[in-house]
Amino acid sequence: MIHNHKTIEARPAPSSTIGPIAWLRTNLFSGPINTLFTLLALYLLYLLLVPAIQWALINADWIGTSREDCSREGACWVFVNARIGQFIYGLYPRDELWRVNVIFAVFAILVAWLAIPRLPLKRWVAAVTLIVFPIFVYFLLYGGYFGLRVVETHRWGGLMLTLVLAVVGMVAALPIGTLLALGRRSHMPIVKSFSVVFIEFWRGVPLITVLFMASVMLPLFMPTGVSVDRLVRALIGITLFQSAYMAEVVRGGLQAIPRGQEEAAAALGMGYWKRMGLIVLPQALKMMIPGIVNTFISLFKDTTLVMIIGLFDLLGIVQAALSDSRWLGFALEGYVFAGLMFWIFCFSMSRYSQYLERKLHTGHKR
Amino acid sequence: MSYKNNKLVMLTSVAALVLGATSTAQAATLDDVKQRGVVQCGVSDGLPGFSAPNDQGEWQGIDVDVCRAVAAAVFGDSEAVRYVPLNAVERFTALQSGEVDVLSRNTTWTTTRDTTLGLNFAGVTFYDGQGFLISSDLGISSVQELDGAAICIQAGTTTELNVADYFRAHEMQFDPIVFDTSEQTVGGFEAGRCDVLTSDTSQLAALRIQLSDPSGAMILPEVISKEPLGPVVRQGDDQWFNIVKWSLFAMLNAEELGISSENVDEMTNSENPNIARLLGQDGNYGEGMGLSADWAYNIISQVGNYAEIYDRNVGLNSPLEIERGVNALWTEGGLQYAPPVR
Repeated sequence: MIHNHKTIEARPAPSSTIGPIAWLRTNLFSGPINTLFTLLALYLLYLLLVPAIQWALINADWIGTSREDCSREGACWVFVNARIGQFIYGLYPRDELWRVNVIFAVFAILVAWLAIPRLPLKRWVAAVTLIVFPIFVYFLLYGGYFGLRVVETHRWGGLMLTLVLAVVGMVAALPIGTLLALGRRSHMPIVKSFSVVFIEFWRGVPLITVLFMASVMLPLFMPTGVSVDRLVRALIGITLFQSAYMAEVVRGGLQAIPRGQEEAAAALGMGYWKRMGLIVLPQALKMMIPGIVNTFISLFKDTTLVMIIGLFDLLGIVQAALSDSRWLGFALEGYVFAGLMFWIFCFSMSRYSQYLERKLHTGHKR
Repeated sequence: MSYKNNKLVMLTSVAALVLGATSTAQAATLDDVKQRGVVQCGVSDGLPGFSAPNDQGEWQGIDVDVCRAVAAAVFGDSEAVRYVPLNAVERFTALQSGEVDVLSRNTTWTTTRDTTLGLNFAGVTFYDGQGFLISSDLGISSVQELDGAAICIQAGTTTELNVADYFRAHEMQFDPIVFDTSEQTVGGFEAGRCDVLTSDTSQLAALRIQLSDPSGAMILPEVISKEPLGPVVRQGDDQWFNIVKWSLFAMLNAEELGISSENVDEMTNSENPNIARLLGQDGNYGEGMGLSADWAYNIISQVGNYAEIYDRNVGLNSPLEIERGVNALWTEGGLQYAPPVR
């Protein structure tokens, strides 16, 4: 008997196991109960999305200059359109806006440089971003030098102010927080107790109280005629508050590094700062990324609290615009816009942190 | 609205008095202001018709115009103002600590505030009072007919207390429905959660615009509380107090004498001695306040008379369309009355 061995050609997997239909079957319609839930979810989405899209896009009014241009059937984006300059720059003088734009552009370039891995001179760019750039921002925004007109901080506002508050808070809180975390793990009693008291105090009070104290009580302690700028007061309050949170995030990272690492470094004859700076912190920092970014995102959103001390951040300027008697009744549009802006920033930060984690992941994932 | 967070205000203010006794007796505000080159004026952080930034980012409103009038009187330049947006709680501290020179922030003149906070009220820019907004098709024309009504109220204001007092005094029942923000209050009214919405009349006008059909709602004629709103200064500097007070009086007198920002230049040639005195053509009435003779001229030409600032911010030329009512001049049956310039 001669068997005719013939290889069957490789055939594609049956359509019931791969492809979109299979995906649908396994994930959404794998049984009567799941099918029911899927249909129910689709129906709920339909109920929710259709009116939302109709309001925000189909029935919305986009072009015009005043409330008369809005039919009020859908969203009145005319309002946001008329105020967009204010939402981004606050009450900054119109003919000086180029200064803010220059800062936005430089900031974007620096951040992009740091974020794109191929570009060289990372260390120098980071130093410029952290040290030179803030000074540059101060001189350009506030003015008073090089023939620039002084723009007082009470005219700053909108997205610009939100970014100033958030970036200053983040940049200042990370080093202070790291020092506090090291201080809390230190064996020196004074350093340790100072760190503990500082952290526990600032973590124990709500940010809104800190801001309120800074704006309502602090001026009364000052000698007559001496007043600290409101923005500076808010910045100091936010930085102190944020440092305490950052310290605990950093401490969490430090605790994850085995003792042996530090002991080995000590055995090699390294001093404290070398042990920390070269051995412990570099390993710890990359484990802290989710925590740090989490703190940053929550700080970014917390900046809206400065509204209560009369600073017009993004949300504050939207609310002020809502009380212009020529634009009454467009609260929803204003809040949707503010929410969207915040989401864009927070989501970008979150994505960047995930990218960083993947990049720095070198066998330490636990 | 104007009473918001009263307790906290009192607390911080008392603390302010205890701690900041040094800052209350601050004399010669005028010198400080002149040296600085701007009047620091505390305004609301957003109240329709009273103070809010417009599309161009300039502050607008009746409270803002008071600031501009003071700046015009002092510097001859109504733009020489630094606006400091303040919320209800920090407003008195800001004034006491010298962060602002004048507080023009829809603040109700009451005994406690006038006598215990180390402050002086410099006059009344707007006679407000708590009123009622009602759907037109209910066919109700008086507060007396509201027995048993469901009333929408914004939380945290003494609005609720005023209503309770009024209804108890008139032996009527009501059902309070309390909301957090003005948007929610309007939403509740519109959704039919209540028959009536109560707030200060100046705010009712702003709330009414936010309804989907503003013509379907009307404001009842009665008010149940007195809320005289005006600018406030620190106690202990009578010169500055006079400047703010007479800046307001100048605008009222200008309306009474028929002087407006449009005709003020022709009026400088007027034979009427009252007009000549006000505009500095006859005598120097600014001298006693440390101002120039044309102080009132500057106010009227740059800011306008009282009718102008009323109409463009809250009156018939504004979206709020609030009638003059008690805010009319005394010659027209209202309460606005200014002593003569003499």
